[in-house]
Amino acid sequence: MDKTIVKVGLASCGVAAGAVPIYETLRKVLEGRSDVELKKVGCIGLCYMEPIVEVERNGVSIAYGKVDSDVAKRIVSEHVDQGKILEENLILNPEGFACENVRIDKQVRIVLRNSGVIDPEKIDEYLARDGYRALEKALAMKEPDLIEEVTKSGLRGRGGAGFPTGVKWKLARQSQSDKKYFVCNADEGDPGAFMDRSVLESDPHSVLEGMAIGGYAIGADEGIIYCRAEYPLAIKHLNVALEQARERGFLGKNILGTSFSFDIHIKEGAGAFVCGEETAMIASIEGKRGMPRPRPPFPAQSGVFGKPTNINNVETIANIPWIILNGADAFAAMGVGRSRGTKVFALAGKIKKGGLAEVAMGMPLREVIFDVAGGIADDKKFKAVQLGGPSGGCLPESLLDTPVDYESINATGAIMGSGGMVVMDETTCIVDVAKFFLSFVQKESCGKCPFCRIGTKRMLEILERISNGQGKMEDLDLLQELALQVKEGSLCGLGQTAPNPVLTTLKYFRDEYEAHIRDKKCPAKVCTKLIHYVIDPQKCIGCTKCARNCPVSAITGEVKKAHMIHDDICIRCGLCRKVCPVQAISVE
Amino acid sequence: MSPVAQKGLDSLEAKLEPIVTRYRGKKGVAIPLLADIQKTVGYIAEEAVDYVARELDLPAAELFGVATFYAMFRMRPEGKHVVRLCRGTACHVQGSARIGEQLQRHLGVSEGETTSDGVFSLQYVACLGCCSLAPVMMVDGEVHGRLTPEKAVDVLESYRTRD
Ligand SMILES: Cc1cc2nc3c(=O)[nH]c(=O)nc-3n(C[C@H](O)[C@H](O)[C@H](O)COP(=O)(O)O)c2cc1C
Ligand code: FES
Repeated sequence: MDKTIVKVGLASCGVAAGAVPIYETLRKVLEGRSDVELKKVGCIGLCYMEPIVEVERNGVSIAYGKVDSDVAKRIVSEHVDQGKILEENLILNPEGFACENVRIDKQVRIVLRNSGVIDPEKIDEYLARDGYRALEKALAMKEPDLIEEVTKSGLRGRGGAGFPTGVKWKLARQSQSDKKYFVCNADEGDPGAFMDRSVLESDPHSVLEGMAIGGYAIGADEGIIYCRAEYPLAIKHLNVALEQARERGFLGKNILGTSFSFDIHIKEGAGAFVCGEETAMIASIEGKRGMPRPRPPFPAQSGVFGKPTNINNVETIANIPWIILNGADAFAAMGVGRSRGTKVFALAGKIKKGGLAEVAMGMPLREVIFDVAGGIADDKKFKAVQLGGPSGGCLPESLLDTPVDYESINATGAIMGSGGMVVMDETTCIVDVAKFFLSFVQKESCGKCPFCRIGTKRMLEILERISNGQGKMEDLDLLQELALQVKEGSLCGLGQTAPNPVLTTLKYFRDEYEAHIRDKKCPAKVCTKLIHYVIDPQKCIGCTKCARNCPVSAITGEVKKAHMIHDDICIRCGLCRKVCPVQAISVE
Repeated sequence: MSPVAQKGLDSLEAKLEPIVTRYRGKKGVAIPLLADIQKTVGYIAEEAVDYVARELDLPAAELFGVATFYAMFRMRPEGKHVVRLCRGTACHVQGSARIGEQLQRHLGVSEGETTSDGVFSLQYVACLGCCSLAPVMMVDGEVHGRLTPEKAVDVLESYRTRD
């Protein structure tokens, strides 16, 4: 009989959900058994089901979700030992994925091909799945042919702008220089996106292999991964992978016996959103303040230390080995229009199944949100989906049939961005969301150009006024005007796109702004200055629980008599409402 | 300078010596250099930057410029446990603002401050990449997900009792 393999998902999301103690429990239970192998794997993308344990035997896999230490023990005693399946925790069955509440059959896995399947710290597992064979194939090709193959695949940058990758490589190749750099943008600045983290943690070699191929294509001998410091596990796995790749001769001098030499090192970011922008990143790599500069010159002509530099996003790069191995046509066969291949989305917010989903380009938003991500949690009503983070926009229900491709999404005023998708329901206030994004860019603006620095500040002030109930109807026009000016006048992508969340919400959710201004009401009951907590004296049983829990002593009343909230003291934290045993407290 | 202060400086210099050696003659190293100072001293101490700048022949102003640009660098000492509450989009939509308010009340500090007993520093960060478990916070590198204001306080207290 084959060995049974028990896999525990130990990417950051698994760890955050408590997978480490589960792994430890399994390790103890399985100690000394030679018929079972315990394995650490990355993320399979079903983050809402974490911790996840998978059992593989004779090539057949069964996965369990929301595993606690009791379930972990039973997985061994019942499933591993007796072949009995634990129905209540089952999430993926042998047919692949047919379990009723999990549908990953709508996904296509190219970027995520190894995520959650292999142990990211073991190069042999990557090699067993055709790892570094694309590099071998690429090194046997002439550089222009290799670039032509990437161009033909139709791959476009997954970091946001969607620039054709083959064209970018060609420009970098054409620059004459004794020294060139190939940079991987792993800054993942969009707060709400996590696909790059997952790829780096779960399948670091695919990024290293893609970089080596790219380095060969453009004629670089040095690769740099600029990774944000908030991703310690990704950095750890990358370092392990780098070490192993060097040992096996996939990096370093004379790779695979050819004349091509290439090595990669990591530069840790230090917490600045703007450093995801390529010219700011270059400054940061050089050890300076991460200030963007005007282009041209483009990095392909003058990048890191003035040398020609190619910068690609993690997901873009992770596609490369697959394209080289399977051919440009296989990749181009997926997708629509000028958007080919797949896109990984990070699904979060008020949805049932938060996690990662890789789908063919062109799938309608509705299908992504309702089929792949299971729809809205707690059966609330869908309000908006936010795409592209601080540079993107909020789209309403009426636009849910928009296919996910660069051109269609751009036409709505949002952007594809890096693939963050935050879903909002009726309890999310749109004005509050716009305010949230503006205060984000306001904090992250590097301050170099006045439109971005001062313009976003003025816009934020207006939004604050509106959410405090002091807005005027003219404010909406002023907001729009300022937004367009900031878009026009800013130096880099940060400022040029910062108004997008405001512009899209003004366009699609104007009535909600108007409710704040005209009726002094926040329909989602979020803006604290516009809501009031009240106790229904008919329902209150005088249990005193609310008064005891109130952090600011805003509730008074005698035992067994109706209580009262003092509106002037109340901070609208909502705790009283949560603890009330008879639902006597409401928000108005 | 008093003998005590002089002694403190000497031992600081001894601590920084390996950093100076590591980065001597290298270009573009301001960020890792500052990160190492922070790791060694606990924060970006002015004396430490002055000393390293002198030794490596770099303008101190440039190092301070870099240090103040990036959110990661702290110009003041941090508490024993560093609490990083995520204020990214997914966490915001799932109510992280309320958690922040609760933590501030519970600890009696504002964002960016350290409790007077030096046990906790409260910081806000943009996204910890665990958005599907929002709201999320990181304490000393460990991520805790699916928080409520009450659960967040319990998590903090568990660090206090662990000590
Ligand atoms: C403010 C700003 C932030 C950005 N952040 C990121 C980021 O976090 N990750 C990323 O890959 N690209 C980011 N970009 C896009 C990069 O500038 C660049 O276009 C991208 O890395 C190119 O790679 P690609 O062609 O493979 O997409 C950002 C751009 C701007 C203007
Ligand atoms: S938004 Fe909080 S972890 Fe991403």
